[in-house]
Amino acid sequence: MTTAATPWGETSRVPADAGGTEAPAVVVRGLNRRFGKVRALRDVDLELAPGRIYGLVGRNGAGKTTLLSTLVGQVLPSSGSVELFGRRSLENPAVLARTVYVRDHQCYPDDMRVRHVLRAAGHAYLGWDEEFAQRLVADFRLSPKARCKKLSTGQRTALGIIVGLASRAELTILDEPYGGLDPVARGLFYDRLLEDFAEHPRTVIISTHLVDEIADLLNEVILLDDGVVTLHESEEQAREHAYRLAGAERDVERLLESTGAGERVSRRQSVGSMTMVVVAAPLDDATETLARELGLEVEPVSLQEVVAAMGTLSVTESTAQEGAL
Amino acid sequence: MDDSRPIFQQVADRISSDILAGTYGEEDQVPSTNEIALFHRINPATAGKGVNTLVTRGILYKRRGIGMFVATGARRILLEERQAQFVRDYVDPLVAEARAIGFTAEDALRVVGRRLGAATAAGEPRKEQS
Repeated sequence: MTTAATPWGETSRVPADAGGTEAPAVVVRGLNRRFGKVRALRDVDLELAPGRIYGLVGRNGAGKTTLLSTLVGQVLPSSGSVELFGRRSLENPAVLARTVYVRDHQCYPDDMRVRHVLRAAGHAYLGWDEEFAQRLVADFRLSPKARCKKLSTGQRTALGIIVGLASRAELTILDEPYGGLDPVARGLFYDRLLEDFAEHPRTVIISTHLVDEIADLLNEVILLDDGVVTLHESEEQAREHAYRLAGAERDVERLLESTGAGERVSRRQSVGSMTMVVVAAPLDDATETLARELGLEVEPVSLQEVVAAMGTLSVTESTAQEGAL
Repeated sequence: MDDSRPIFQQVADRISSDILAGTYGEEDQVPSTNEIALFHRINPATAGKGVNTLVTRGILYKRRGIGMFVATGARRILLEERQAQFVRDYVDPLVAEARAIGFTAEDALRVVGRRLGAATAAGEPRKEQS
């Protein structure tokens, strides 16, 4: 099964919000996973469309790797279901040959050489492109003869990225593909990913903490917090979940009080009589009007800030929920 | 790309500015969605959305199977749009700043007039003076 290349310049499939016309690549329903007393995933529902790039974000221990491992059947669900391309993924070779999963700090056997890893990957993945793999090896300056145990952390990460990209799998999962990568190599990764994605669209999931670096590459953002999907939206919509407010301290306080936004403040910084707050809530018209009347600056924030803001607030909320259970 | 405005708008604005500056003439082909995406390191769908807003406004049009082209009359449409936005985007901030620093209307007008005069003069051939 190959994915048809989009003709150069053809933009008919492009409207950003036209997803959902094709069968989803990933369907997750009511997924739960416990490790002893820890609920790593709680009632996760997800539907991922083909031909899109998803960013999976969340703090350490939020359940990102558990979710990704569950997708490919490397971790079993405690309850709920996972389907890839409309079929169960668990021990299903037909489905797994169309899926590549590169783990965080992916290890390959120490004695294998780079070219052995690539050869093995060539056998494992239906869409493998050897020429592309060789080009990436040169781009990332890996020696095909080098043994895996001699590779630096960054080189290992690069090898994982090469396997992830050159397999051209319809579902490409990259878990934190950053370990030890320098900024030049990260830029190279983004460029090659975009280039190849443009010609061979597929479903890509990238988990990351470097949110702002990758934000512009994403179609959609999935935020996982304490095992719960707290946000799954387009990158643009996601950015609207928080805003920054700055101005004279008393005016900021007045606005926060009269709009009730004070409860949603996730970050606050003051210098002299000036205050800047990040509010983790969508900006409504009333707040915007009042802010303008008070002469306050209202600005959008970066995706990283949204993620941080939502993470900060939900900690207190989930503790409250926990108490209510 | 900066954080203050949606990326697709920045893509559209960039192409618009290039058309106004004459980088792309009317009936010229503009870069494909994928080329734009790679250049700015953004998702192709975002680039496509930016291009599509220009199609909706009659600035670009699509030749099936070939690519996107600048429509005849695109410059005129863009000029009219920019002129309509001029007060909001440039005059209002200027007025606000003039007030903040204690400029009277005459002060502000004098400075602006001088600049406009200088810009006109610079547009004409003249001897370079340092």
